[in-house]
This record gives sequence, C-alpha cells and structure tokens, in this order.
Amino acid sequence: MLNIRLFQVALALYGLGTFGYLAFLTTPRETVARLARIATGLGVLAHTGFFLARWAASGYFPITNLFESLNFFSWAIVVSFIVLQVRFPAAVVGAIVMPIALLLAASSLALDAAVAPLAPALQSGWLYVHTTLAFVGDAFFVIAFAGGVLYLVQERQLKSRHTGAFFHRLPSLDLLDRVNYRSLTIGFPLLTLGIITGAIWAERAWGSYWQWDPKETWSLITWFIYAALVHARLTVGWRGRKAAWLSIVGFLAVLFTFLGVNMLLGGLHSYTNK
Amino acid sequence: MDIIVLGLNHKTAPVHIRERVAFPEKTIHEPLRALHGAAGVRETMILSTCNRVEIAAVVESREQGAAAVRAFVAAHHEVPEGDLAPHLYLHAGADAVRHLFRVASSLDSLVVGEPQILGQVKDAYQYAREAGAIGMVLDRLLKKALSVAKQVRTETEIARSAVSVSFAAVELAKKIFGEIEGRSAMIIGAGEMAELAVKHLVSSGVREVLVVNRTFEKAVALAQEFGGTAVKYEDLFDQLVISDIVISSTGAPHFIIKGEDVRKVMARRRHRPMFFIDIAVPRDIEPSVNDVDNAYLYNVDDLQSVVDGNIKERRKEADKAEKIVEEEVGTFEKWIASLQVVPTIVQLRQSVDAMRAAELEKSLGRLAHLADKDREQVKLLTQSIVNKILHSPLTVLKESSQSPEAGVYLEVTRRLFNLADPPAGQGGDEGNGTN
Repeated sequence: MLNIRLFQVALALYGLGTFGYLAFLTTPRETVARLARIATGLGVLAHTGFFLARWAASGYFPITNLFESLNFFSWAIVVSFIVLQVRFPAAVVGAIVMPIALLLAASSLALDAAVAPLAPALQSGWLYVHTTLAFVGDAFFVIAFAGGVLYLVQERQLKSRHTGAFFHRLPSLDLLDRVNYRSLTIGFPLLTLGIITGAIWAERAWGSYWQWDPKETWSLITWFIYAALVHARLTVGWRGRKAAWLSIVGFLAVLFTFLGVNMLLGGLHSYTNK
Repeated sequence: MDIIVLGLNHKTAPVHIRERVAFPEKTIHEPLRALHGAAGVRETMILSTCNRVEIAAVVESREQGAAAVRAFVAAHHEVPEGDLAPHLYLHAGADAVRHLFRVASSLDSLVVGEPQILGQVKDAYQYAREAGAIGMVLDRLLKKALSVAKQVRTETEIARSAVSVSFAAVELAKKIFGEIEGRSAMIIGAGEMAELAVKHLVSSGVREVLVVNRTFEKAVALAQEFGGTAVKYEDLFDQLVISDIVISSTGAPHFIIKGEDVRKVMARRRHRPMFFIDIAVPRDIEPSVNDVDNAYLYNVDDLQSVVDGNIKERRKEADKAEKIVEEEVGTFEKWIASLQVVPTIVQLRQSVDAMRAAELEKSLGRLAHLADKDREQVKLLTQSIVNKILHSPLTVLKESSQSPEAGVYLEVTRRLFNLADPPAGQGGDEGNGTN
C-alpha cells in the first residue's frame, strides 16, 4: 500500500534528520546541518503525502484515533520546527525537537493503523478546526520546550564558568530565549482557540459547552500554565531560566493531556483507543 | 622535478633575524622575478609575514634548488649565508607540501588557529602570479593549500574560541546577548586590561560606553578615548539599569557592587541579562552577584580558565586538522606522481599511432582495388590492433603512477619504445590526457 510506504519513508527520513541534528551538536560542519535539514524536509513531505492519502482513503480528516493523532502531532511538530527556522538560525533546536517527533511517529507503529468508520460524534466540520488548532498549538509548545531545555544547558555552562563541550555548539542565551518566547506567543493563542472551538463543538454534539471531562480539565490546566507563563513574560519581564522551567512543566502537561488522559483517565475524548 | 620549501619562522629565528630577511609586500614582485630566473628554479612563491619567511619553489633537483634559493636570499638581503643557516629549515617533496598546508591552515602559527595567515597566503599566491613566477605545480599546490585551510576552518573548531582574556570576555558576551551590536557597556575605574576589553567590545558593535570613576575628571578623560559618556560615581546604580556589560577595574579595597544591588537593578531593568567582568584585584564585585537570575559574573581567574579551556580545545581540534592535512598531502602527492606519467603515456600513444598511420598509408596504396567500405575496415583493424597491444602497458603505467617505482616503469617504457626525452619544462598539461 502506497499509504504505508509513505509512512515508512517519512519515518526513515525523520530518523536520518534526528541523527543529523544530534550529530550537529558535536561538529560545526555545515554539511551535517544541511543533510539534517534536507532529510527532515523530505520526511515531512512524505508524511504529508501519507496524511493526504489516508484522508482520501477514509473520506474524513484523519485525526480520530490515537494512531492518527500521534502522526498528526508529529507532523505538526516538524512543520513548526521548519517554520521556526525561517526566523531563527537555531538548527540545534532540532536535536531535541526531532527525536520527539520521531518517537511520536514511531510509537504509532505499535497501534492499529486500520481505517475505521468514523464515530458518529466526530462527524462534524469542527473536527478539522478543533484538532488542528489544538495540535499545532501543542507543537509550538514542544519548540518552546526545546528552546527552554537548551537555554538551561547553556545557562548552566555560563553560570558555572565551565564552558563545556556544547558551549560553542549551542546558540546564545538571547536566541534560545527568543525561540522560547516566539513559540509561546504562537502556541498560546492557538491552544486558546482550540479550547474555545472544542467547547462550541461540545455544545453542538453533546449539548453542553463544558463537562469537566478529564481531557477538558487537563487542557484547562495546561492552558493556565501557559497563561501564567505568557503573563509573567509580558508584565513582569520574566525570562530566561524561570521561563524555561515553566515551559518544561507546560510541556509535561501537554504530554499528559494528550497521552496520559487517554491511557489513564479515559473520558469522552477517548474514542477508539485501546 | 621536486618541490621545496626553504624558510624560517618564529620558532627558528628571533625577530632581529626575521626582520632582516623579510620581503616587503610593495616590492615583492622584483625578488619573485629574480628568483624565478635563477638556475634550476622552475616556479616560486614568497610568503613573508612578521612571523615567518617561506620560499616555496619547484626545482629541477632538491639540493641544487635549495642551494640556489639559499644563495638568493642571502644575496638579496645582503646577509652572510652562514648567519642564516642555523635558522633556516628545508622541506622537500611531501614534507614541503605538508608544511605549506599546515602553514595555510594556521597549524604552524604562534597562536594556532589565528585567522590572518590564510589571507597572507592568498596574497602571496596573488603576488607570485602577478610576477609570473607560478606554473602549473605551484598553482595547484597553493590553491590546494587554501582549500585545505578553508576545510580546516569549517570542519574543526580550531579558530572558534578566544585565546586571550579580553577576547574571551567578548566571546562570553556573545553567548549571553547574541548580537553585541546595540548593547551598552559600562567601565568602572581604569586599567589596561579593562580598557582593552572595552575596545574589543566597541569594535564588536557596542552602542554606548559609560565611564564611571571616583574622580569625575578621570572619567571624562577616559570617556573621550572611547567616544563614551562620563558618569558621576553617585549615579553608578542608576546607570547600571541601562548597562548590559559591566567591566570593573577599580583600586577599591572592598566590593563596590553587591548581590543585593544587582537584584534591585535587575528588577528595574525587567530582568534583561547583565554580564559583569571583574578585573580588579581585590575584587570589586561580590561573588553572590552570579547567583542573581540573568546576571553572569566572571573575574579575572574565571576568564583565564575559559582561555585555558579554549587552548586545550584548540589542541584537540588541531589533531583533527592534522588528519585533514595528512589526507590532502596524500592526494596531492598522487597528483604529482601522475604528472610525470601522463606525458609519457601521451608520447607513447602518439609515437605508436604515427607508425600505424604511416604503415596504413603504404598498404592502402597497394590495395586500391578494394571498395571504400573495405578500406575503412582495414583502417579500423589497424587501430584496434594498436589499441589492444597498448592497452596493457598503458594500464600498468597508469597504475604505477601511484607507486614509488613509477620512475622505473617510465624509464623502461621510454627505452623499449625508443621515446625521446619529454619536452623541456614540466611536460604535458593536465588536460592533455588523450586516454
């Protein structure tokens, strides 16, 4: 099946991209970064092809079960990483972002990839809007997380005055902080809209805007974390270390909302996942 | 034919010797032409910097060429050869190639990885070309030296870290602020190292320099030097709010900036990062400043340890660079060897083909009764016989070009096929290979 072939190609290319970006942590060779960039770019094309082929085959927007969600999330992360690089010369961020994208896509291999008929509750145009907003927002939080982690590493090196192995390979604190900030200011409005559209859809589908379903609750918790972070950055001038830590906490909340809730708590959002 | 490099550098000769044999850039064409005209010297180039004088040459024979170059240097600078001899080194063959690659890659420099040498080699190459002193071999050698140097710069971290305290300060500032352009700096007190660091910062693009001193007049004087602004000592903490980089070098016996001060300043400047460089002994800035979020404090010892680390790092990178150089020396040596085989092969083909053509013409005269098609067939036959016969010797010759016995094969081939000596000069162009 073309479908699955494209998926395998995308996975292989993401693997190559991941390897390239990790290698770029240890060498200044531009060719390594270029290779990683090309592999990642081709990978995302194949992944897009896979997504479209599946859409065509099933007839609905393929973000309806865990297999599809993992793939869409992974795709969104890679796309937002590519978008980020238009503005910021921060290829090194790929050393954190790409392994995450690869892991998400690869873990979907363990799941049932079969195209199932769409659950009645999901048959709505809101499916497109709500899921896309939520996942793309989350993808930018992954970038913010990566920027935060690298910031902490670089900050540690500068504070301890041990300009260690990665000192020259990592960009400046300023750049890493801006990566974090920019990703937050894109991700946060998207998440907000994602929650609002979700509420509207819930009202149409289930007759109530908000039912304290675990997914809803955890989305709200995530939203509050990022709201606090954005607020602190804008009003008090929070930056650097504190912002980096909070975006790591936020990322954990994102992961739990996405995966933990389905696996541990269940609820209305857990449709066809076993 | 051989390649030699005769020279002296900062390791082998003190400055009073180096300055006597230096070739000033402005007048370098004249000695280049003179040396190029010397007996036994086919091609030459002169690299003359404050740390070294190197003369590379392609010569007929090693000993004779070296003697010619040595005599030329002594005569040109009017220095007795005996005075120079203990300081000169001579590299030949692969060693000469390696030496030039290492020089261009800054592996032989006083400060390994320093960037100027690459430009100097480029200039030397240009001058030698202008003087018409360069032929095929040196042209290729110098181009290769430049490309090896570039490869070393892009594939190793050899030149990426600062190896002086004041540059280390700039390097750290870049890792904190990204661009230094548009940041502002403050210098408290005065002192050679502090002023040097400020100068580096200014040349890296610092927008404004504030100068603070207990004696306002001194601040005004120093501010003039940097095109900065003098600040009254009482305003120190107010002005810290707008200063990103602070260099302190006062004679104060106690801390003049404390952790608590910086905490307050930091809140007022909305936590924009600050970089404190404490050059004073005893120190001016309380160590706890480093515990304040977004504040980074380095004293003189910290900077020195960064520099030491960088130097260690450079040594490691230099090993990688040596490997790159070694690989390229090998490639270049192969080219040099093949160079000698190519003209022989060309000559062999031409000589055999001339015989074939002559014999063919004779025979065709007697075969006038044949149809055109058949005559063509006979011609093809002669060609294919010649190709078949030559195939094996040519293959062996080409392969031998990589081996040390290349000379033997060439000699035997020339005798067996009664080939004339190759034309004077370097013999066959690169693009001359008909096969």
